[in-house]
Amino acid sequence: MEKKIRVLVAKPGLDGHDRGAKVIAAALTDAGMEVIYTGLHQTPEKIVRTAIEEDVDVIGLSILSGAHMSIFPEVLDILKREEKDDILLTGGGIIPAEDMDKLQKMGVGKLFGPGTQSKEIAEYITKWHNKNRK
Amino acid sequence: MKYEKLISDFKDKKISALARMITLVDNEEKDGIEFLRENYDKRKESFRLGITGPPGVGKSSLVNHLINGFAKKYKQVGVIAIDPSSPFTGGALLGDRLRMQKAFEYENVFVRSVASRGSLGGLSTSTENISQLMEIFGMDLIIIETVGVGQAELDIMETTDAVIVVLVPESGDSIQAMKAGLMEIGDIFVVNKSDREGADRAIEFIKSSLSFKKTLKDKERPVIKTSALKDTNIDNLISVIEKEKKLMTESGDLKIKKEYRNEKEVKDILRDLFIKSIDKYLNNIENTNISPYEKAEEIFKKTGINFTEDLWKKR
Repeated sequence: MEKKIRVLVAKPGLDGHDRGAKVIAAALTDAGMEVIYTGLHQTPEKIVRTAIEEDVDVIGLSILSGAHMSIFPEVLDILKREEKDDILLTGGGIIPAEDMDKLQKMGVGKLFGPGTQSKEIAEYITKWHNKNRK
Repeated sequence: MKYEKLISDFKDKKISALARMITLVDNEEKDGIEFLRENYDKRKESFRLGITGPPGVGKSSLVNHLINGFAKKYKQVGVIAIDPSSPFTGGALLGDRLRMQKAFEYENVFVRSVASRGSLGGLSTSTENISQLMEIFGMDLIIIETVGVGQAELDIMETTDAVIVVLVPESGDSIQAMKAGLMEIGDIFVVNKSDREGADRAIEFIKSSLSFKKTLKDKERPVIKTSALKDTNIDNLISVIEKEKKLMTESGDLKIKKEYRNEKEVKDILRDLFIKSIDKYLNNIENTNISPYEKAEEIFKKTGINFTEDLWKKR
C-alpha cells in the first residue's frame, strides 16, 4: 500500500470562520492526501492529541482571529513536550508579514496569507514530505 | 522513530507508539505486519462493536455518545472511524472525529481515522489488522464505524462481534426494510434522529420485516429509537449493547464468531499468497484459444499441488 501524506486541518480558538479551512482541506484531499478535519474551536492540547492519535505528518492551522502569536507557539511547545516536533506545523490566515517571520524563526513552517493559490500549499507540503519523511 | 524504540514504547502503552504502529499496518509495511505476527498471542479478548448505516444518519454522533457511556465502564476504548478514499485522487477527507469531541474528556479513549483506500466493503483492508493491534495494545472495547454504506457493503459483519445498523425515520418503507443485505446484518437496529417525524413508523417497518425471519433470535432483534442530537435514549442503547454482549458470551456465539473470523482471515491470506505465487506462470501459457477454465487448470498443475477433478465440484 502506498504511503499517504496525512494532514490535520484544524481551527483553533474562538473565531468561527471555517471557509478557508474547508477550502484547504478539500484542496489537500484533491492532491491525494488523507486530511483529518476536526472543525472549529480546537484548543492547542486537543490539536496535539489529535495529531498524535492520527499520526499525522503535518498540522495546518487556520487562524483569522489575530491570536496566531499565542496559538502557534503554544502548539509548538506542546509538540516539543510530547517529543513530536518532527511534525510540520504550518497554516494560514490573516497574519502580518513580520509575525510570519517571527513564527518561522521559532520553528513554525511556511505560513500562507490571503490570495494564496491552494496548489501552492499542496506543493509546499509535498516537497516537505519528500525531503523529511522519505 | 527507531523500530526497537517503537516496540518498547508500544509495550509501555504509549499512545504515540500505537498510533505509529497503526500507520505501519495501514500501509502494509513489513515492520508492522511482523509485529502483528510476533505479538498475536498477546491480544486481549476485546469486544468489537460495529456501527454501520447510510451516509449522514448520525453514526459518528452516536459513537460520540457511546464513547461517553463506555469510557466510564471499560478500562480502554479504541475507535476506528473509516471514511472513503477518492477513486480519482486517492485522497480522503476524514471528518468522523469532528463529531467525537467527547473523546477529549477521557484519557482512556483512542480515536483513529482510517481511509478506505480502494476497499469497497465499507471498511479498509487494514481494518482487521488495526483491530488486532488495538487488541494487542490492550483495548477492552473496539468500536468500528464504517463509511456511509448502501445496501451491500457488509465487511463489518465479519470484522466485528456485533453490528449496530443505524437508520433514520426517512430510511424507507416496509419493502426497503425487507431487502437483503444491510437489513440482515444488524444485531441491533437504531432509528436515529427520532426527534424528526416518522420515527415510530420506521420502527414498525423494521419490526415487521424482522417478524419474517426464521429464528426467534432474529425475530426479536432490538430496534431502538435514539436522537444523538438531543441525547435521547442513549442510555437504553448502551444497556442493550451490554445485554447483547452478555448473551453472545454466554451462548458461545461470541467464541464461534471469533473462530470463524480467524478462519476467514487465514483463507484471505492464503488466497493472496496463492495468487502471488502463481503470478509467474500466468504469462507462460501459450496464448492459444483455450477456455479460461482449461488455462486455470494448466496453471494450477504447475504449482505442484495435487489436482483432482473434485476441485471443479461446487463447494
